[in-house]
Amino acid sequence: MISRLTVLLSLVAWLAAGAASHAAAAPTPSPKVAAALTDLTGDDADKREAAVTVIGQTRDPKWIQFLSALRDGSVYTRARSGKTELVVGGTKATKGDQDVIDIASAYEREPLGTVPLTDLKEVPADRRLRLTIKPFLDADETQAQLADPDPNVRRGAAVKLGNQAVATAAPVVEEALKKESDRWVRHALAEALALIQLANGTPAQRAAAARSLGDLHSESAMPSLQRLAADTAASPAERAAAVMAIRGIERWGLLTRTVETLFQGASLASILLLMALGLAVVFGLMGVINMAHGELMALGAYSTFVVQNWFRAAWPSHFDSYFLVALPVSFLVAAAVGLVLERGVIRFLYGRPLETLLLTWGASLIIQQGLRLWFGAANVDVSSPSWLSGGVPVMVGLTLPYNRVFIIGLATAAVAAMYWLLFRTNAGLRIRAVTQNRAMSSCLGVRAGVVDATTFAFGAGLAGLAGCALTQIGNVGPSLGQNYIVDSFMVVVTGGVGKLAGTILASAGLGGLTKGIEPALGAVFGKVAILVGVILFLQRRPAGLFATRGRNAEA
Amino acid sequence: MPKREVVALGIAAIVVAVVLPLCNLLPAGSPLAISNFTLNLFGKFLTYAILALGLDLLWGYAGVLSLGHGVFFGLGAYAMGMHLMLEIGSKSVYQSSLPDFMVWNQVKILPLFWWPFHSAAFTLLAIVLVPALFGFAFGYLAFRSRIRGVYFSIITQALALSAWLVFNRNEMNLGGTNGLADFKTIFGFPLSQPATQRGLYVVTALVLIAGYVLCRWITATRAGKVLVAIRDSETRVLFSGYSPAAYKLFVFVVSAVLAGVAGALYAPQVGIITPAKIGVLPSIEMVVWVAAGGRGTLYGAVLGAFGVNWIQSWLTTSYPDLWLLFLGGLFMGAVLFFPDGVVGALGRLGARARRIVSRRADPAAATPSVSLGRPTS
Repeated sequence: MISRLTVLLSLVAWLAAGAASHAAAAPTPSPKVAAALTDLTGDDADKREAAVTVIGQTRDPKWIQFLSALRDGSVYTRARSGKTELVVGGTKATKGDQDVIDIASAYEREPLGTVPLTDLKEVPADRRLRLTIKPFLDADETQAQLADPDPNVRRGAAVKLGNQAVATAAPVVEEALKKESDRWVRHALAEALALIQLANGTPAQRAAAARSLGDLHSESAMPSLQRLAADTAASPAERAAAVMAIRGIERWGLLTRTVETLFQGASLASILLLMALGLAVVFGLMGVINMAHGELMALGAYSTFVVQNWFRAAWPSHFDSYFLVALPVSFLVAAAVGLVLERGVIRFLYGRPLETLLLTWGASLIIQQGLRLWFGAANVDVSSPSWLSGGVPVMVGLTLPYNRVFIIGLATAAVAAMYWLLFRTNAGLRIRAVTQNRAMSSCLGVRAGVVDATTFAFGAGLAGLAGCALTQIGNVGPSLGQNYIVDSFMVVVTGGVGKLAGTILASAGLGGLTKGIEPALGAVFGKVAILVGVILFLQRRPAGLFATRGRNAEA
Repeated sequence: MPKREVVALGIAAIVVAVVLPLCNLLPAGSPLAISNFTLNLFGKFLTYAILALGLDLLWGYAGVLSLGHGVFFGLGAYAMGMHLMLEIGSKSVYQSSLPDFMVWNQVKILPLFWWPFHSAAFTLLAIVLVPALFGFAFGYLAFRSRIRGVYFSIITQALALSAWLVFNRNEMNLGGTNGLADFKTIFGFPLSQPATQRGLYVVTALVLIAGYVLCRWITATRAGKVLVAIRDSETRVLFSGYSPAAYKLFVFVVSAVLAGVAGALYAPQVGIITPAKIGVLPSIEMVVWVAAGGRGTLYGAVLGAFGVNWIQSWLTTSYPDLWLLFLGGLFMGAVLFFPDGVVGALGRLGARARRIVSRRADPAAATPSVSLGRPTS
């Protein structure tokens, strides 16, 4: 007891001396902190932990720095003229046969010279103590992040502060809110402020905070608002405000979920569309169902992987632009394989759709196994370029990831290109002519074989493009194609042959329907429901949405 | 049935159903002895051959290509498997009257649809009726709306995918990914006894022969002629006043039942049935048995099922990486080079040999043979 008293006295004396020696009056630690510092040098683990909490709760940046030093094991005590003094160690060096260390004062970091290490006694920071220190350092770091140049970091820090809801953070958040210009960070800061007030404020402040949280559509405030609404000790005004806010947030949540489902449906529809476009054109033109379409897609995905590795090895500084190179490369690789497939085998089987189906299935097995033998059976890692990671916030509680937005854009571009090709170019004219009447077109001098080959290669290239896009949202493995192929067949069957509009509408319908019923039925039974739906739909329209009209009884 | 075929069938039946099991009875050292393992393997191939018969009837004769017959195979196999699971009773690992996987999934009471499978008679009925009814419902919807050609193939493939997904789910109470396994007895006979396996083999062989006779009978009737006509020109059949949908539905149901029976015989002989037998790949593999053997001949399908699976069991043990490459090559080769399968290729080879022989004997008598009714698609 007596020793502790001496230490305390010595500390106070030392700090007082420090304060006296500097004109810029360093704040004297409050008695509580002084006691805590004394406890810290003791042996009682509970007291040491309590001491850290006391020091941390000052939220004084300098004391936080002191805690950081303590965690790193560079806080020492030294005996000086009969008193114990806390110092922070700096650089260590060896001088002669002695290890020496630069030391500085605990609070002000005033340099105190270089002393032999043997004169000092380290203040140990065991695991428990470090764990106690960590939240204070984190909170400090989070507050520092509010000034980060990156708005995403600022926003993340604001959200974190709101979740912690510590009263002392309020002034910091308010300060940041005054300076902030970014809309989404402002929103996050306002939400954080309201959350802090909801947790720590007076009843009137709490009611105001609940109201503002309702206006901010804060989904993360729901648990605390629900607690407040159910809290019988709270004032009626608070509870009414909380109930109102909950109702508002729930309505908003329904809206965001609906928009999100629509977006996910559009994203799935785009993937299906990218795949089905190539399939549908080839099917319309040649009556060939290309079962290897999925594997052509996998080839596109693996081409992206190879291009990525190549960039990583050769041009690491331009890594982000690898994807722009991978897009045409994957198109070309898949188109080349498609061309070989068409000229090599498929052209011998025109007019026999079931046989081409089996043939292309055989080709798909060979490509798939080839990929497995070459690249290994495990999934390969394709990393997104930085401009495709992250997302664009469109409304409160809803961020649309860039990669999905990109796929929707790519599908739109593919459709536009397809329309242009089919209806604005001579090649397209020939394709449409052969689709309508192969024999007559041949008689009129259209080289049907060339049209077949180029169209098939183009369809295969589109599959490669789809594969390249898929690397951004899914796993890349040898069986990549299998996961989507049946779905895209369903699109072709539902859409009907020979009309692009059918394919577009069918992929939009199937994509939207899948995402729409998935929450209710789950992915598996959703798929079954889609199958049943397609079969029932075909009862009404056996040839799909848009059947080609003509005098052909077989159509 | 032509006389030659009757004789050939009789010889094949005696070899498969009588001679092979007798060889199995020989002591292990004897040169003609067939091990229990081999006989069991043959039993498995025979179940595949039963399924291939139905598929050939459907595709080779009626021109309807189903890529979802694994589903019907699975329905039969699961029906049998459920009965076998219940027969285990409390001799299972967890000593519970429930199947092991239910204990594992913390299912407390037997789901209602499992109850009737306690009865052997119901199980035998279900093996036939469940695939038949399911095939009827699916076929009715598909054929009524005139879904045909590749459209039908794709729809059946989607069916295989959906069924595979559904059977993989644990909440279906059908064992999930692990399926049904660890059977102990069948109708009271212990499955670990070679005698039981031999008996199952003989039953499978007899069912195959009966199935062959049934399919041959169907193709020989008027209905069989209509089926071939539908394959060659469905529109013309329609305009001639027949209803192709009814004929196709009939043959679809027959092939579904054959697949179900094959599955029911498969489960006890192999000792496990999992969703992996139902999916897209196994279903389309079944088609290649028929394509490689020779479509529209029935015996080609049987030979194809036997041959392809024999090669598979050899390749997957010796060169596992090559199996899928071989299978892919088989698909392509069977379509490109042997459109009428091994049987057709051998037949053409034989015909050419005969022609050469007869030309040498009497050059004037050699006339080009005209083959009719070869499948076109």
